[in-house]
Amino acid sequence: QLSLFRLTANRPFSTSHSSVDSEEIKKFQLLAHKWWDEEGEYSALHSMNDIRVPFIRDTLLSMSHNYHLGNPLSGVKILDVGCGGGLLSEPLARLGASVTGIDPLEDNIRTADQHKSFDPVLAKRIQYKSSSLEEIVEESMETFDVIVASEVVEHVADLETFTKCCSQVLKPEGSLFITTINKTQLSYVLGIVVAEKIMGIVPEGTHEWEKFVPLEELEHLLESNGFSVKTVKGMLYNPLWGSWSWMESTSLNYAVHAVKSGAQGPPGPTDAPSETDIQQHSATAGTA
Amino acid sequence: SSAAMAAARGRALLPQLTPLWSWMRPRPGPRAPLCATAAAPSQPLYDVVVSGGGMVGSAMAAALGHDIHFHDKKIALLEAGPRKEYDHMPDSYSNRVSSISPGSATLLSSFGAWDHVCSLRLKPFRRMQVWDACSEAMIIFEKDDLDDMGYIVENDVIMSALTKQLDAVADRVEVFYKTRAVGYTWPLPSHSCDTTPWVQIELADGRRLQTKLLIGADGHKSVVRKEAEIKNIEHQYDQSAVVATLHLSEATDNNVAWQRFLPTGPIALLPLSDTASSLVWSTSHEHASELLAMDEESFVDSINSAFWSNINHSDFIDTAGAMFRSAISLLKPSGTAVRQLPPSVAKVDPESRAMFPLGMGHATEYVQHRVALIGDAAHRVHPLAGQGVNLGFGDIACLAHHLSAAAFNGTDLGSLKHLLKFETERQRHNVSLIAATDLLKRLYSTRLAPLVLLRTWGLQATNALPPVKVRI
Repeated sequence: QLSLFRLTANRPFSTSHSSVDSEEIKKFQLLAHKWWDEEGEYSALHSMNDIRVPFIRDTLLSMSHNYHLGNPLSGVKILDVGCGGGLLSEPLARLGASVTGIDPLEDNIRTADQHKSFDPVLAKRIQYKSSSLEEIVEESMETFDVIVASEVVEHVADLETFTKCCSQVLKPEGSLFITTINKTQLSYVLGIVVAEKIMGIVPEGTHEWEKFVPLEELEHLLESNGFSVKTVKGMLYNPLWGSWSWMESTSLNYAVHAVKSGAQGPPGPTDAPSETDIQQHSATAGTA
Repeated sequence: SSAAMAAARGRALLPQLTPLWSWMRPRPGPRAPLCATAAAPSQPLYDVVVSGGGMVGSAMAAALGHDIHFHDKKIALLEAGPRKEYDHMPDSYSNRVSSISPGSATLLSSFGAWDHVCSLRLKPFRRMQVWDACSEAMIIFEKDDLDDMGYIVENDVIMSALTKQLDAVADRVEVFYKTRAVGYTWPLPSHSCDTTPWVQIELADGRRLQTKLLIGADGHKSVVRKEAEIKNIEHQYDQSAVVATLHLSEATDNNVAWQRFLPTGPIALLPLSDTASSLVWSTSHEHASELLAMDEESFVDSINSAFWSNINHSDFIDTAGAMFRSAISLLKPSGTAVRQLPPSVAKVDPESRAMFPLGMGHATEYVQHRVALIGDAAHRVHPLAGQGVNLGFGDIACLAHHLSAAAFNGTDLGSLKHLLKFETERQRHNVSLIAATDLLKRLYSTRLAPLVLLRTWGLQATNALPPVKVRI
C-alpha cells in the first residue's frame, strides 16, 4: 500500500538521514564508462539535453537582467546533483556557468573528470567531486545560485533530507530544477514494462516504480521546505526518433522549477516573478 | 560477475532499441591513422576550422564570426592562396562571375557583406529567357512583383566583401593564408581511452591544430572529403565552359539573362552593365579550345551566330511547336509571352577568354562525427542552372543556423546528432536540384526529334504554367 510520505518507507538497512541509496549505487557502477556514448545506454539522457538545457537557460535568462553575448549563463554558480558522467554539467558550463558536479560514485566522477579534461574551457569552469549532497552542505551554505537535480530524485533514499539540503546550499531566491518520473499507472506500463523490459530504452533494473516520485508529493515537499513551485511541465520521450518533447500531461516524466524563498519570511514585492510573468519575459527575451 | 553484468545491462525482449537516426548511419569504425596520441598542450584548440578560403569557405567563417552565440568561440579559416587585396576594383570586368539568387543575397547581408557588394558593383536582372536552338520553344522567368530575380556579381567583388567582413571579426576568426592542410587525424566517436576527442590537422609547415568541428569547403576535389573516406558520386561531362567578358553593340537596359540550348551545350549571356555582358558557353572540349584559339572577330561572330541562327530548326519541329503554342493560347491566353531578342555582341575583352572543364559530383554523406562538407566539396553542378554558388550559400545558411542553435544550447559543436539535421535538410534540397540539372543537361544535348519535341512541349507547357515556374 502506498503511503504518501516515503519517510516511513521500509528500508531497514539504509541510514535514515542519508539521501544516498547503496543499492542504487551498485546499479550505476557497472555503467560508469558508458556515459559518453551518445548511442549507448545513456542515449535518452543525451537527447534530454535538447529540452532540459533550454528550459534551465531560458528560465534563468528571464529572471535576470544581464545578458552576456555568447555566454548566457555567465556568472551563475550551479550545483549539478547526481551529475553522473557530466552530461548536463558540460552544456551548462559551455553556456558560461561555473558548475560543481557531485555524484556519490567515484567511477562516475572519474569519467566526468576525464571527459572535461580535453577542453580547457570546460576544465576551468567545472569542478567534480565524489560526494553525497549532505557531505557538502557544511562547506557550501547558501553558495549556489542554481541547483539541478535531473533524473536523480527517483534514485534517492530520503527525499525530505535531500530537499532540506538543497535549501541549505542554495542562496535565497535561488532556483532548483528537478526532472524525474511520475508515479502513475502509466509510468509503470511505459516507464518500466515498455522502456526497460520490452524495448530496452533504459537498462533493466535502472528504475523501481516504488521510488518514482508523484508530482503532488514533490510539490508538497518543496513547498513545506521553503520553496515556491513556479513551473511544472510534462515531458515525453519518442523512442523512434530518440527525442524528447514537452507535453501537457505530467503522468510520465516531468520537470519542475522551484525558487527558494527570500531571506525575510513571507513573499514580498522583490520575490521572483510568478509563472505568467516568467512566460511573458521568455517571450520577449528572444527579441531583446 | 558476468551474471550481474548481464542483469545490469538488461536483457530486454527486443534488442536494445537505439534511436532510429543512429540506425540510418552505421556507426563509423575508427579510421586510419588510428588512435591519436594525447595532444601536446601547445597545439591550439579551435571550436571550428574551415578548410578552404574560396567564396563558400570565407562566407562560412564570416557567418559564424558574426553570430552572437559564437561571440566567445575560436574559429580558424585555412586558405592555400595568398591574401588578395581588393581595395581597388579594376575598370574592366573579371571573367569569373556568379549569378547570385535573392536567397544568397539575404545570407550575405546577414553578416554585412551585401552592402559592400552593392557599393562595389553588381548587375540585377529582372528576367531570364531560356530557349532551344532546335525549335521556337522558350521559357521566360520573371517575377510579377518588380523585385530582382537575381544579381550577376564578379567573384572578386564577392571575395572583397567577404574579406572585409572577416577583418571586422578578426578577434574571433583567425585566417591562415598560404596554409595548406596536409593531413587529418580523426577521433574515435565515443572516446573512453586517453586519446584526444578532437580532429587534428597537420599543416604543410609542420604546425598542428585541433578543432571540435572541421568544415570542408575545399572545392570539388576536396581533401577533407577524401581523407574522411566519404564516397563521392562523380561524373565528368564531355564539356568545358568558355568564359569571356563581352561588349554589346549598343547600350541597353541589359536586365535580362539569356540562355540558349545548342546541341553542343548551353550558351549564356549574363548582364554586367548596360554595355557589357559575361559569357558562359558550355561546349565540347574541342570546340572550347577552338573558341579560345580563334581571333577576336571570329569569336564574336560565333557568339552572335549561336544566339541568332536557326540552322538547327527543322520544319517538323517548328510546325509541331507552333501547333502546341496555339493550343496553349486557346486554353490560357496569357500563357505565351513576348519573345525578346538578345543583344548582339560587338567586341570581346582581350585576355578575358578562359576555359575550364565541367563535371558533376555529389557526396554520399555531407557529415560525419566532427566533420561537415559544404559547397562544391559536397556537390558540383553544371553551370546551366546558374546554381553552383547559390547551393553553397544555401548550405552555409542551413549549417550556420544549426550550429548557432547548438551553441546556444551548450551542445558539443562536432556532435553528429545536429550535424545530421543539416545533412538531411540540404540533401533533400540539393539532390533534386542536382538531378534535375543533370537531366536537363542530357536532355538538351541531343538533336533527336522525339526528345526535341518532348523538351519543346515541356518548355512551352512550363512557360504557360505559373505555379511550376515560380518553384523554379
